[in-house]
Amino acid sequence: MIVFDALIGPFIQFDFMRRALFGALVLALGAGPVGVFLMLRRMSLTGDAMAHAILPGAAVGFLIAGLSLPAMTLGGLTAGIVVAVLSGLVTRYTVLKEDASLAAFYLLSLALGVTIVSLRGSSVDLMHVLFGSVLALDDAALILIAGIASVTLLILAATYRGLVMECVDPVYLRSVARIGTPLHLVFLGLVVLNLVGGFQALGTLLAVGLMMLPAATARFWSADVTMMVIIAVATGMLSGMGGLLLSYHHGLPAGPAIILVAGIAYLISLFLGRESGLIRAALPRRHLEA
Amino acid sequence: MLHRRNIITLLAGTMLVGASSFPAFAQERVQAVATFSIIGDLVGQVGGERVDVTTLVGPDGDGHVYSPSPADARRLAEAGIIFKNGLLYEGWIDRLIASSGTQAPVIAVAENIDAIPDGGHADDHDDHGHSHDDHGHDHDDHGHDHDDHGHSHDDHGHDHDDHGHDHDDHGHDHDDHGHSHDDHDHDDHDHDDHDHDDHGHDHHDHAHGEFDPHAWQDVGNVKVYVASIRDALIAHDPDGADVYSANAEAYIAELAALDAEIRAAVAGLPEGALVITSHDAFRYFTHAYGLAFDAPLGTSTEVEATARDVARLIETIRANDIRAVFAESLTDARLIEQIAREADVPVAGTLYSDALSPPDGPAGTYIDMMRHNISLISEGLGS
Repeated sequence: MIVFDALIGPFIQFDFMRRALFGALVLALGAGPVGVFLMLRRMSLTGDAMAHAILPGAAVGFLIAGLSLPAMTLGGLTAGIVVAVLSGLVTRYTVLKEDASLAAFYLLSLALGVTIVSLRGSSVDLMHVLFGSVLALDDAALILIAGIASVTLLILAATYRGLVMECVDPVYLRSVARIGTPLHLVFLGLVVLNLVGGFQALGTLLAVGLMMLPAATARFWSADVTMMVIIAVATGMLSGMGGLLLSYHHGLPAGPAIILVAGIAYLISLFLGRESGLIRAALPRRHLEA
Repeated sequence: MLHRRNIITLLAGTMLVGASSFPAFAQERVQAVATFSIIGDLVGQVGGERVDVTTLVGPDGDGHVYSPSPADARRLAEAGIIFKNGLLYEGWIDRLIASSGTQAPVIAVAENIDAIPDGGHADDHDDHGHSHDDHGHDHDDHGHDHDDHGHSHDDHGHDHDDHGHDHDDHGHDHDDHGHSHDDHDHDDHDHDDHDHDDHGHDHHDHAHGEFDPHAWQDVGNVKVYVASIRDALIAHDPDGADVYSANAEAYIAELAALDAEIRAAVAGLPEGALVITSHDAFRYFTHAYGLAFDAPLGTSTEVEATARDVARLIETIRANDIRAVFAESLTDARLIEQIAREADVPVAGTLYSDALSPPDGPAGTYIDMMRHNISLISEGLGS
């Protein structure tokens, strides 16, 4: 009963804890699969780059509508998608690889963002405003996060075969169908969407962590894409709940606590994981000797 | 020939007049730079017509997390005198001053106040007795600092032991203020020294741990600020000594009235009144006026809230039958709104703590800001 109180009590007692939990769970639902596909495409750092790419959009939203959250969110979303689409197109049609074209566009975008902010002469840290707090999720923020997760899951369901196939063998996919490029762009759109949702929910740049850490964790437990997606979502959800409880019982800042728990799950998997976990890899493989 | 010579003379004369009158005109008004809006207002009050004040972080700007632009470095380079709060409030200013290459004296106006150590914000109430203790001890430290600055660390342990003797009640504070103000006059005879001290002082603060920099929430401290500004301006521009002294005197009289007003308002609040707001920038206010504050965020705007603190505040509101909570101008209001919603109390308005509002807003000057805050609190919590 004491354990039950410690684990469930805070969520029963406080509305803000329930909202935070709901936000974290829903975010994990959308961000987990997106993270797995990012990882399989060797684009694990894309999330971080994208996080910076949204700044000019947020700044323009701020210039037009002042400190209005919807305007800044929409602006950030637009800027992120523009950068994603442009870098995706450059990757597909020029010699530049994904990492280089993305780096070019996100830096351009970031520089533009800083310039816009400075021209207005404001010292207000726009990124601060764009971020919510997981402890202060109002109805609008919850609807935004839930909407993003729903859209993400629907699109993933519709494009799942193609996404998996493209991870495994993009050349083959291109030879049998012409959906490779649009698919790639839609996927990048999903990345941006989930990042903006993550900023809302977690209130920090660390939102990228809830996308990538569960995905990297899942890779140590399975080689199957669907299994990885399931494990990533579960890890993300458990991290959300664990982080909130840590924040509640031990007074740690909520957003970072969630990512820390996800990071601990990653470290444990790194050592104990079934697929090439360090300890397992160090053990002599007897079955191969026979 | 005569004609032509006349023209040349005339031209030369004009140029001479131009050359001599122009710099004189420029020198007439002191070019002062203040780091943020509150300091800017105070410098303007003391400087009056003789001083042009440029403020780096304007109204509604957050001085904690400002990222300066090259234009700011240029303003510093062109400044005749620079005023900052000090106590590491503006973490970015020292590097900016160094890189701007400015030769202007830099005045940390909070230098002579009794700084409160910046402990964990959540334990503020339990620590109250402690902060009184620390208070006296800091003051000692300050004194030592001026004498032998290299030893300040060793002195520290010393002071701590001594400190029982210094444990004054609050009434003495004001005497102390007068005292430090005298010290200041002495220092001011050689201005370079003063500047030097500033730098050392910052270092000392940094190595030491942190002080809460939001000292202007105690009107008594602002009197010290004003005295520092006056003395610095007189040292920089001795011709204006009379003006600065008169302005400062008039303004300090206004501050005294404000102080009395706040004390009366706090006395009128119900017993055990507690002001819950977004960010804990009011510890000097608590210290001076005895009104308790609580907040989910600490003294810096850059930290993140913890679930434990939010839960604690909600329970505090419920347990103590608190009628309202307050937003804070520089902090995202969503967290305090969530707390208000869950505890079922209204958000009674926006307090200004670290920055003034634009001139047409409710807190365009320091005095207006303090008035606005206390009247908002009285309305929200009064019976």
